[in-house]
Amino acid sequence: MFYRETGQFKTSYGADQQIFPIRQDRIAIGLLLVFAFFVVPAVATQYWFSAILIPFLIFSLAALGLNILTGYAGQLSLGSAAFMAVGAFGAYNFILRVPEIPAILAFLMGGVCAAGVGILFGLPSLRIKGFYLAVATLAAQFFVVWALTKFGWFSNYSSSGVISSQDFSVFGFAIDSPVRKYLLTLSIVAIMGLLAKNMARSNTGRSWMAVRDMDVAAEVIGIPLMKTKLLAFAVSSFYCGVAGALVAYCYLGTVEPDYFTLDLSFRILFMVIIGGVGTILGSFFGAAFIVLLPIFLNIVLHPLFAILGIEISSAVVSNMELMVFGGLIIFFLAVEPHGLARLWQIGKEKLRIWPFPH
Amino acid sequence: MSKMKKTLAVLLASSALLAAAPAVQAQANDQFVSLLSYRVGPYGNNGISLFGGWIDYMNLVNAKGGVNGVKLSWEECETEYNNARGVECYERLKGKSPTKGTMIHPVSTGISYSLLDKTLADKVPLVMIGYGRTDAIDGRYFPYAFPLVTTYQMQASAMLKFIAQRDGKKETADLKGKKIAFVYHDSAFGKEPIEVLRAEAGLNKFELVEIPVAHPGIEQTAQWQQVRQHKPDYVIFWGWGAMNSAGLQAAQKVGFPREKMIGVWWSGAEEDTVPAGPGAKGYIAANFGVTGKDVPVIKEIMKTVYGSGKGNMKDQSKVGSVLHARGVLHGIITVEAIRTAQAKFGKRVMTGEEIQWGLEHLKIDQKRLAELGAAGMMPDTTVTCSDHEGSGRVMFQQWDGTKWNKISEYIEGNRKLVRQLLDASAKKYAEEKKITPRDCAAVDAGAPAKAAAKKK
Repeated sequence: MFYRETGQFKTSYGADQQIFPIRQDRIAIGLLLVFAFFVVPAVATQYWFSAILIPFLIFSLAALGLNILTGYAGQLSLGSAAFMAVGAFGAYNFILRVPEIPAILAFLMGGVCAAGVGILFGLPSLRIKGFYLAVATLAAQFFVVWALTKFGWFSNYSSSGVISSQDFSVFGFAIDSPVRKYLLTLSIVAIMGLLAKNMARSNTGRSWMAVRDMDVAAEVIGIPLMKTKLLAFAVSSFYCGVAGALVAYCYLGTVEPDYFTLDLSFRILFMVIIGGVGTILGSFFGAAFIVLLPIFLNIVLHPLFAILGIEISSAVVSNMELMVFGGLIIFFLAVEPHGLARLWQIGKEKLRIWPFPH
Repeated sequence: MSKMKKTLAVLLASSALLAAAPAVQAQANDQFVSLLSYRVGPYGNNGISLFGGWIDYMNLVNAKGGVNGVKLSWEECETEYNNARGVECYERLKGKSPTKGTMIHPVSTGISYSLLDKTLADKVPLVMIGYGRTDAIDGRYFPYAFPLVTTYQMQASAMLKFIAQRDGKKETADLKGKKIAFVYHDSAFGKEPIEVLRAEAGLNKFELVEIPVAHPGIEQTAQWQQVRQHKPDYVIFWGWGAMNSAGLQAAQKVGFPREKMIGVWWSGAEEDTVPAGPGAKGYIAANFGVTGKDVPVIKEIMKTVYGSGKGNMKDQSKVGSVLHARGVLHGIITVEAIRTAQAKFGKRVMTGEEIQWGLEHLKIDQKRLAELGAAGMMPDTTVTCSDHEGSGRVMFQQWDGTKWNKISEYIEGNRKLVRQLLDASAKKYAEEKKITPRDCAAVDAGAPAKAAAKKK
């Protein structure tokens, strides 16, 4: 009823090609941003900032990074956590060794370091594809964590290999409270999300998709394979690297290389698959699903049993959480193999013709 | 349509539940303790015993009328030994009571690192009994972090002394010319003692062979082949979880005598030796003190808590096991710190800041332990502002195939050497974080608890 495009005429190419061609969408996203930037900081508690919103935003960014590589360019990767680690340790070392550097620049430089490592481990993608490439990126995962543990220089010779984020400020504001950390993370994620969306719609994104759909054909129509694939690796690792720097500086404060395990890489891959391969929105949905759902289950199941009056040990509840979580993953993938973003899209299409379906 | 309605109904119901969840609040006149527990995941088996022991002890204290009349209450939150979940649990439980969780025992080195900054900002003590960030021993830089009882470094140093004593010698210096292999979990946990072992090797002229085992350490054939090649006199074994029984079995396979294998205290529980079967017989590990069903406090727990059906352990045969007893120790230290704080601030619910004072003036000696029925369960511990460790001693136990037996008195490592290394590390941390140390002389003399480290 309200979601109808009647009367919205596009009179220029610019209007036709904008990110949100429907006026209601533009209003909704505008309201969402206003809500996130102004209302949330005013009402949310510290728990919401530190335990829910910041990790959700950071993992959305990491999933976005992997989605560029796997979803758009079609290169399967299991090294996302390693690239995050490079970003975190990179930013740490820049701030440590160049004290005058602005924190934002250090985060971006951490991302650049990750991009460099990403290109290096992306080189095999020129010869191998699919699962074989996934195994090659696995090497990145093990190598990076090993190198960060092995060479003390990266952690400033901390005996346990752990780094602690220094205090930092952005444009004169000391980022020392959860609200400020949230706002910084949100700004970075919003800007990089917008960039990613535009990249996906531009020449770059189209050549990635061409390579994904059939690389021989892409080469024939004049898309340079090496450049395109390596660019995808670089951009993807850059996103993951910035996400890693944010983990160290805005989320945990103190990180060890072992935080960035293969397990984390898998979780980011699951975010992409559940959220929707090859969609920007899907990265956010996927991150919400993987990061927030287990917490939600944990909060809900205990009172649920209390209300139902069932005396149950906490070990059983913990196991049950895992089972429900697994069940939901299978349920959503069975309902829509293309992920939550596709469900969203179907919902939107239904809404446009509601209440008169064909 | 009906499908949509159903979905809506489910959504509404679940959000109603979510809204109802915070309503389960702790009683305001209880001392609320946050339990960041793990009962599933890679270390779930260890967690079940440890948190079981801790809860059993708190139930015992409540059954006897609480801490000076203040009852304890607690809530568990499952972390799965995962850092992100640990942070979420800490933040969630923090909001449940004015005590902010009394004191936080993460029982995971990773989670303790993730909570270090947050607990300082919230003024809640972070207590790491036998794990965690060890340079926090320096209370000048880490006012709210307590690596209590004995750090990894002191333990590693004590192990060397124990090895010397086992060979009939007296001092670590007598290890000259020996070869000692260090087989460790390749993580922050396993790497903590390397520096002190290297320093000791340089000082006492023995050879140190470092053999890392990648997480999770289920497959260790290659590492133990290396051990066989090097033929060390002793192996110091630094594992956790599944790595321990795998290591014991691998040692058996290459024929390395288990009597020459000394484990860290996270490698010396029934959960590690029983799965390894006969391969574990003769294996030695460090521990805080005696364990078993004969300890009076464990007997009391059996009688009072399990007798009234309130016991937390499903498998009652594990009551009094190494990890269960360690859980009881977590309970004892928590309660004693509350009691110490109450002696100064009054018999009521204590805040995080008051508990911090309590921990910094904590004194648990054998006399006090005997009163609690826990004589010999841990070394004498006296915490001060400049010494957040309090003891630095360990004892050693040997597995005879069915149970652990105490085989040594408390042994203290090379305190001067360890303190030197840890002080340097704490200082570096302070420089990176730009922290001005607080004046411990004033705190120890009885200055108010508020004197936390200030930023420059």
